[in-house]
Amino acid sequence: MLYREAGDFKTTYREDNQTFPIKSERYLFWGAMLIAFCVVPFFVNSYWEKSVLVPLLVWSLVALGLNILTGYCGQVSLGTGAFMAVGAFACYKLMTAFPGMSIFFVVILSGGVTALVGMLFGLPSLRIKGFYLAVATLAAQFFLIWVFNKFAWFYNYSASGQITAPERTVFGIIVTGPNAAPWATYLFCLTFLFIFAWLARNLTRGRIGRSWMAIRDMDIAAEIIGVEPLRAKLSAFAMSSFFIGVGGALFFSVYLGAAEVTEAFGIDKSFLALFMVIIGGLGSILGSFLGAAFLVLMPVFLKNLFVGSLGWPTDVAAHIQIMLIGGLIIFFLIVEPHGLAQLWRLTKEKLRLWPFPY
Amino acid sequence: MRLTKIATVAAVAAMMGAGPALADLVFPSLSYRTGPYAPNGIPFADGYADYLTLINERDGGVGGVKIDNPECETGYNTEKGVECYESTKNVGTGALIYQPLSTGITYQLIPKVTADGISLHSMAYGRTSAMNGKVFKWVFNYPANYWDGATIAVHHAADMEGGSLEGKSIALVYHNSAYGKEPIRTLEEMSKEMGFKLTLIPVDHPGQEQKSQWLQIRRERPDYVFMWGWGVMNSVAIQEAANIRYPMDHFIGIWWSGSEQDVLPAGDGANGYKSLNFTGVGTDYPVFDDIQKYVVDAGKAAGDGTNLGTVQYNRGMYAAMLAVEAAKKAQELAGHADINAAEMRDGMEALDVTDATLEALGMPGFGPTVSVDCANHGGSGAALVQQWDASAKTWNAVTEFMPSDRELVTKLAMEDSEAFAAENNIEPRACE
Repeated sequence: MLYREAGDFKTTYREDNQTFPIKSERYLFWGAMLIAFCVVPFFVNSYWEKSVLVPLLVWSLVALGLNILTGYCGQVSLGTGAFMAVGAFACYKLMTAFPGMSIFFVVILSGGVTALVGMLFGLPSLRIKGFYLAVATLAAQFFLIWVFNKFAWFYNYSASGQITAPERTVFGIIVTGPNAAPWATYLFCLTFLFIFAWLARNLTRGRIGRSWMAIRDMDIAAEIIGVEPLRAKLSAFAMSSFFIGVGGALFFSVYLGAAEVTEAFGIDKSFLALFMVIIGGLGSILGSFLGAAFLVLMPVFLKNLFVGSLGWPTDVAAHIQIMLIGGLIIFFLIVEPHGLAQLWRLTKEKLRLWPFPY
Repeated sequence: MRLTKIATVAAVAAMMGAGPALADLVFPSLSYRTGPYAPNGIPFADGYADYLTLINERDGGVGGVKIDNPECETGYNTEKGVECYESTKNVGTGALIYQPLSTGITYQLIPKVTADGISLHSMAYGRTSAMNGKVFKWVFNYPANYWDGATIAVHHAADMEGGSLEGKSIALVYHNSAYGKEPIRTLEEMSKEMGFKLTLIPVDHPGQEQKSQWLQIRRERPDYVFMWGWGVMNSVAIQEAANIRYPMDHFIGIWWSGSEQDVLPAGDGANGYKSLNFTGVGTDYPVFDDIQKYVVDAGKAAGDGTNLGTVQYNRGMYAAMLAVEAAKKAQELAGHADINAAEMRDGMEALDVTDATLEALGMPGFGPTVSVDCANHGGSGAALVQQWDASAKTWNAVTEFMPSDRELVTKLAMEDSEAFAAENNIEPRACE
């Protein structure tokens, strides 16, 4: 009744192939975008920006990147934290080396640098698979973090090893540094996410995306029908690292403003991103968003519920929160192994028949 | 299904916007009672909260205005620290002072508090060069900083050697983070000046695994080992040092590596371990009678009351005391009791804690005297060396309060802060 395709006629291939073939879904999407771009910026304050919205946008971008590699191309990666660090440090070096450059291009270039590094660390994937590849990417995680901590050139020889984002602007509007307005940083990140989600969606249903999925489903069969593993795997590593690098650059420059490599980009970040992808749904664009939302918003929500509303002691709340989130992860994986995206798919199936299911 | 979903979404939105009730003087506490740094974080947070409770219960607040102490759990994690800062800065009439007890979070907050106009007091931690008040208007790190600590430790070692460290070697075991890296520049400078050899031995977060580091120490046998550790790293290091039978009186920790929680796990092996300190230990101060009476016995203590008198608890109390004294000063300067963040900052900048003040507060000789002015946000820089007695389970001071090499510290701090000012386009204040 609320959600159905009856009466929604397609007369061209183009219409039939669009991302949201059902009209109500299209309205829902554009409505959400309208609210996100035109309504939220007027109401966002610094708490919502720094604690909820910007982390959500940045982590969605990172999860999207990892989903390309792990969900679409089937290559397990535990190096996400390190690739975010590459993005962050590339961003820092570019920001300080070229103070006049627009931060928009700095972020894009940081993604490019990360793509190159990602391809380099993707090379072993041509020979090793599965768990062994996971271990190889784990090596990337430890190696890259060590490099950024060891060589002072990366943090411009500062005494503490911290990198701090200087103030940079887009069209004269400050988006990095402490003086940036909440709406500006929010819109800046949202714009990136919108562009990249658009890109990811269209990549994954095109030729490149199909070659990734062929490799994921059975690499030998894919090779036999003419998919070149070298090109498919490395392009997946490059594209994924590009997304993650952009995410890392935003994470450092817009969200945190200052970062310390061991703390901000440790192995726990790699796991967090992997959990997002698995909980959200492997091989699903929407799943990346849902997974990021679950793992970013749930802790903030629980903290506010326990401490803010119920007045529990902060340590009890923190411990209960860790247990609850762990429990919820297990619950979701048992109840719906295909992730939150699958739950959404099932909901849609049910809604089509509602209120008269047979 | 849909209705419940909408209800949930509405509830989420309501929860995230909710905040605690209004209060007057807001001193948020960014504490950590969970994670690998909790052994040190808990007593500090308890001491901080209990002293503020005491002021509220006994004196009815500062100048008749109650103190609100919203607590937020950071887990020593910078992202959570940012979330905590954002969620507490607008509590009531606005936060007046932040004391995050984390160098990483301090670095994160320095630009933010400067933009928001809220004072940040990183008591003997954080960015050392913040002692230059001309550049860091909103940041304070009195009564001492890491570079002071490094010079005091070196001077203590020199005293033990009869005045000269020529040809000796010192190994620095440090937490591989902004915190642990802080003293390196000073120690390098001093090693050139005094002719000792410096070996740097980093330990990665959280510091549970230090076998290879102590193997290196065992092989190289440096004459002294200095430690910049925190949380679980401290107790592991002390245990490892005991295991390789390193002479404990040649093992000197910074003030954050010298609490009961750090030495107790090593048992007798920790006997003789030294650390710097700048606050009194034990409960032999009149103020503790009041804390017992008004806070612990009244059932208002933050913890279970067993931490009273421990190093970190007392330090938390000392931090709270400095904040309260600054608030008193601010009220005096502003001429009214309802001070705002800017007035609080003026109070901190005019802070003058003398021995007489400490005496009047029931804390005679509890800490160094502190006097802050516009240019110097770093206090006096004095600290003492204490030694652990494993059989009596007490820390004993082995020196008086020693002055640091302020000449060297100031020189390095000026260089660093001026570089920061240039990088961030800050025009240093004149400070007449």
